[in-house]
Amino acid sequence: MDDSESTKKVSRRSFLKTAGGTALGSTLLASLPPAVKDSFAEETNDELSPGTVPLTFRVNGERKWLKVDPRDTLLHVLRNQIGLTGTKMTCNRGQCGACTVLLDGEAVYSCHMLALDAEGRDVTTVEGLLAGEALHPIQQAFVDHDGLQCGFCTSGQIMAAQGLLNRYPNPTRDQVLEGMSGNLCRCSAYPNILKSVLSMAK
Amino acid sequence: MMAKLKFIRSKYFLEEGEVEQLAQVPSGGNPTVKKSKADDGVFGAPVKRYDGYDKVSGTARYTFDVQFPDMLHARTLRSPHPHAKILSIDTSRAEALPGVEAIIHHGNVPEIPWYGNSRLFDPHLRYVGDEIAVVAAVDERTADEALKLIDVEYEVLPFAVDAEKVLEKGAPVFHESGVLAYNPWIYERGSVLEGFKEAEVIVEETFRTQVAVHNPTEAHISVAKWDGDRLTVWDSTQGIYSVQERISEALRIPASSVQVFCPTMGGGFGSKLEGGKYTVMAALLAQRTGHPVRLGMDRKEMNLVVGNRPNSVQKLRVGAKRDGTLTAMELTAFGTNGAYPGWAGCNFPLIGTYKCPNVKTDMSSVYTNLGRSRPFRAPGRPQGTFAMDSILDDLAAKLEIDPLELRLKNYAEIDQYSNQPYTSKKLREAYLQGAKQFGWTEKWRPAGTDSGPVKRGVGLASQIWSGGGGPPAGVTVKLNVDGSADVIAGSQDLGTGTYTFLSQVVAEGLDIPVENIRVILGDTATGPKCPVSGGSLTAPSLSPAAWDAANQIREVLLDGAAAVWEVDKKRIAYSKGLFTVPEDDTKRATLPEMIDAIGMGTIVRTGYRAKNVEGYTAQSFGVQFAEVEVDTRTGKIRVLKILAAHDIGRTLNRRLLENQFHGGIIQGLSFALMEERIVDEESGRVLSTNLHDYKLPTIKDVPEIEVLIVENDNDTKVNSMSVKGIGEPPIIPTAGAIANAVFNATGVRVKELPMTPDRVLMALLSEV
Repeated sequence: MDDSESTKKVSRRSFLKTAGGTALGSTLLASLPPAVKDSFAEETNDELSPGTVPLTFRVNGERKWLKVDPRDTLLHVLRNQIGLTGTKMTCNRGQCGACTVLLDGEAVYSCHMLALDAEGRDVTTVEGLLAGEALHPIQQAFVDHDGLQCGFCTSGQIMAAQGLLNRYPNPTRDQVLEGMSGNLCRCSAYPNILKSVLSMAK
Repeated sequence: MMAKLKFIRSKYFLEEGEVEQLAQVPSGGNPTVKKSKADDGVFGAPVKRYDGYDKVSGTARYTFDVQFPDMLHARTLRSPHPHAKILSIDTSRAEALPGVEAIIHHGNVPEIPWYGNSRLFDPHLRYVGDEIAVVAAVDERTADEALKLIDVEYEVLPFAVDAEKVLEKGAPVFHESGVLAYNPWIYERGSVLEGFKEAEVIVEETFRTQVAVHNPTEAHISVAKWDGDRLTVWDSTQGIYSVQERISEALRIPASSVQVFCPTMGGGFGSKLEGGKYTVMAALLAQRTGHPVRLGMDRKEMNLVVGNRPNSVQKLRVGAKRDGTLTAMELTAFGTNGAYPGWAGCNFPLIGTYKCPNVKTDMSSVYTNLGRSRPFRAPGRPQGTFAMDSILDDLAAKLEIDPLELRLKNYAEIDQYSNQPYTSKKLREAYLQGAKQFGWTEKWRPAGTDSGPVKRGVGLASQIWSGGGGPPAGVTVKLNVDGSADVIAGSQDLGTGTYTFLSQVVAEGLDIPVENIRVILGDTATGPKCPVSGGSLTAPSLSPAAWDAANQIREVLLDGAAAVWEVDKKRIAYSKGLFTVPEDDTKRATLPEMIDAIGMGTIVRTGYRAKNVEGYTAQSFGVQFAEVEVDTRTGKIRVLKILAAHDIGRTLNRRLLENQFHGGIIQGLSFALMEERIVDEESGRVLSTNLHDYKLPTIKDVPEIEVLIVENDNDTKVNSMSVKGIGEPPIIPTAGAIANAVFNATGVRVKELPMTPDRVLMALLSEV
């Protein structure tokens, strides 16, 4: 974080000028790891950015100290700053559920909340369900009952299902239908999604 | 136990015994799961999805997930006008924005032909959404901000968005060919004039279907990266080879310089069959900036620019004898292909589904200032089938014949279009087994006889689709020294199970466990050319090629074993990874041992899909039965059950088949009841550009679905694997079956899709 503090005063353009033009500039950029480059780019864009603010939260059990653009959604930070691309984006406005993650165990649309609103909280993404390489039982249920086709909405479906199971460990069919109705599947693997989630009922 | 089959009021088609035989559903357990010889091996077994782990763990890498440290993000400036010309474009303010790396538009990019007479960046804008400029910047937000700083001066031109009004009143012409996209396609067999003279009953009606939008969950997206003069593209596509070809043509570079990757993709349904403008634009920006460039779309763009199922206006006239025998069918139809060349045909079902000697279809397509039509899962079929099977039920009601009987009466024994025999046709079995399983006899009553405000009804519709596949399709199998195998094909898996069935076919062919197979898809540099993943082509094209490759390797192994052991090849037995010579205990080797002894190292062979047998028509067939409830007070339709009975040849994987059938049926249901692109006529703008306004079904909208596959494991004329594709068949008859069930429940015909409560109420009121 100290590194990005020290570069904060340098505007991107003046940096590129001193670095000798675009070609060399891009080579330098290319050598930086994604997170550093991302925050670098955001912070130096004075005309657009209100600057970054610190964010501390837990992601998949790990504590994260980040500087984020206050306008960024939780989804954006998870994917582009932390590099957890398992969480998907389909509509980016809280209409489809592809970006569903757990916030303190509750299913939320990560495209529909600011990253800053996760301050001090516990976020779980689909990657966080894994134990090493081993699938979590809800993930295994989706494999066993073929609760997916193209798979793009699947992370969100699984996280919505886990959120539902956190609330109702032994859900009824109606509770599953209600709990999963905020997640669209265009391939319409719905019957098998229903089977996958119902199989978790005790 | 046997169904009484009371609905068959005449005995024209089969003797009683034959009916029993055909209608026989395997007894015991779930009658929809059939036992066949295939169940003994891997082939046909309900193996779990090959890429299941990757998709449930979040580790599957979609194009949407491809990131590079120095990657730029691009966004597109699109026409705000339905019809305009760009007078001037000034990007200086946008270029001055820190973080903007490059902007391309018609003024600074060579003319690259696109959509016939148009080009990649065309200053003549023909719909809201047409591309004006693309900005590459350090992040998406900067690119979006830059779009607002591009100053464009437009000459705004008159426009038209209503296809019906264009035909009636004329419209501004914005293509050389006029308002029609092509000359009307007129098909006629026999003479409808004579056919209508012979008819004792004639029914006539006009049906309308809406524009539907694909809306796959992963947006169209490309990431382009240059290394010297070699270009690598990650693309969310249904055809890596079509993308390669398009880029190669557009940029005038050899195909060998372009490598296209698509290992995993998030749905397409026909909207991702071709190389898109965005892909070439990403490549141009990557070339200019020296950075990888990611150019994707947001949901609004997805609803404007990447295609749709065209609307249809279908005027139908059908004549028949009193006993239900069809004498003439005539269809005059049109739709709109949007602002650029496309196809809006919906006449194929009428041409080929039922037996009729006199058929005429007159099909045209109209330009409008809207997004271009693209193939959408069974192009033309759901809309054509909805109208055709609706009017057949009107005819059945008029003749007081059971709708199923009418279908059986006009059963096509040979292909009506070519007069050729089919490679196989088990639609009659599907009708009878499906009817029995559904309880058609018990449930069907004459239309409109249910009393009470909530009325129940049943309906059915039929399906045909050319699902036999064909060449060119190649599959490479690489047998590794440890006895495992890699399967490599220039295809892709849309969620349809390409990975899984290839692993099964090769496991069966090499007689090794399916777990020992790795499948590599979505790479033009390594995979032999395969057809696009569309048209239900993949399984019937690739499975025979994979089978061929595995068999070639078997031959290499047996030849090698014969040489190593110095025995006649015919004496060598191979089973489950073990080579033996019966009656000679000294000759025994495992697969890895034999590979080692042969000394070739890895053994690689490519198999190919053979040509289709001449003189036969390959088609898949099916029928769907729907049961609905219509609340006549609210106009709300609730679908209770869909039973699908189809002939799709041999089943490759029952687990995946059932899932794909569910998907097609639910998409068919939402086409019937929910989905509709809404356009504001005054402004020429699409209003339904997000997933709230464009209605898609949720898990709560799903009825009970039953899938019945009729036995047809030995159609060796269709291809060596007896496989017909299943991508499109399940979506085709659903809307027609639901529409007929609504008619059966209420006695009132809803002539327009989607059958939303307002349309249902209007139809009910107009009958009063």
